[in-house]
Amino acid sequence: MAERPEVLNLPNAVITRIIKEALPDGVNISKEARSAISRAASVFVLYTTSCANNCAMKGKRKTLNASYVLSAMEEMEFQRFITPLKEVLEAYRREQKGKKEASEQKKKDKDKKTDSEEQDRSRDEDNEEDEERLEEEQNEEEDVDI
Amino acid sequence: MADVAVGKDKCGEQRLVSLPLSRIRVIMKSSPEVSSINQEALVLTAKATELFVQYLATYSYRHGSGREKKALTYSDLANTAAESDTFQFLADILPKKILASKYLKMLKEKKEADEDGDGGSDDDEAES
Repeated sequence: MAERPEVLNLPNAVITRIIKEALPDGVNISKEARSAISRAASVFVLYTTSCANNCAMKGKRKTLNASYVLSAMEEMEFQRFITPLKEVLEAYRREQKGKKEASEQKKKDKDKKTDSEEQDRSRDEDNEEDEERLEEEQNEEEDVDI
Repeated sequence: MADVAVGKDKCGEQRLVSLPLSRIRVIMKSSPEVSSINQEALVLTAKATELFVQYLATYSYRHGSGREKKALTYSDLANTAAESDTFQFLADILPKKILASKYLKMLKEKKEADEDGDGGSDDDEAES
């Protein structure tokens, strides 16, 4: 990266919390250190994007997907991130699947409700028809028996 | 697109990712030649960035001089960028800082060394 691009910063509060949770209790983090880590994080995003994009282009693809990001970690020598990232990916996919099934179920329930209301109405009509037919048949049979 | 928000949601469950996906996306898009980013790539990049922040902070703290003082300082981070291969890519944005007085002294010493060089004699041939 020859030029230094204008980087967008990530929210201070979130960055600070992540740092605090990582370090032992009672460790003081200077304002300068926090700001430096935030900038470093933005550069990390750019670096990851660039590497992942290279992987995609090698595969003749234009869209960045999960596997290109994982390959980027390998390239950047952050292999230690790969296992936790795979766990997050699986959890995310399960979550998405759950959401999809939940909304499909909702739709099914809604359709079923509408259907069953119609069925009740038509079942009643059918029952009336059946009863009539039965009576006729019984009558017919009696006739035939003779 | 639902943004995975900070910390815990209404149900108190831990969210997968704390950093805002929208911000991560903007940074990624600012990179040249990137056309599109799928949602999974976005989530993983955000999570990787969190892991990175944790790693940079703990690494710098462990290797830093601030450890006795129970503090993490800028110079801990700058030292990490300068000395660790993994964090080399940060060297430009986290330069080491020196006191202005030290810098001026260095300049002065360099200038004197240059002048001596022009003057000619090697040390070996210095007068006894």
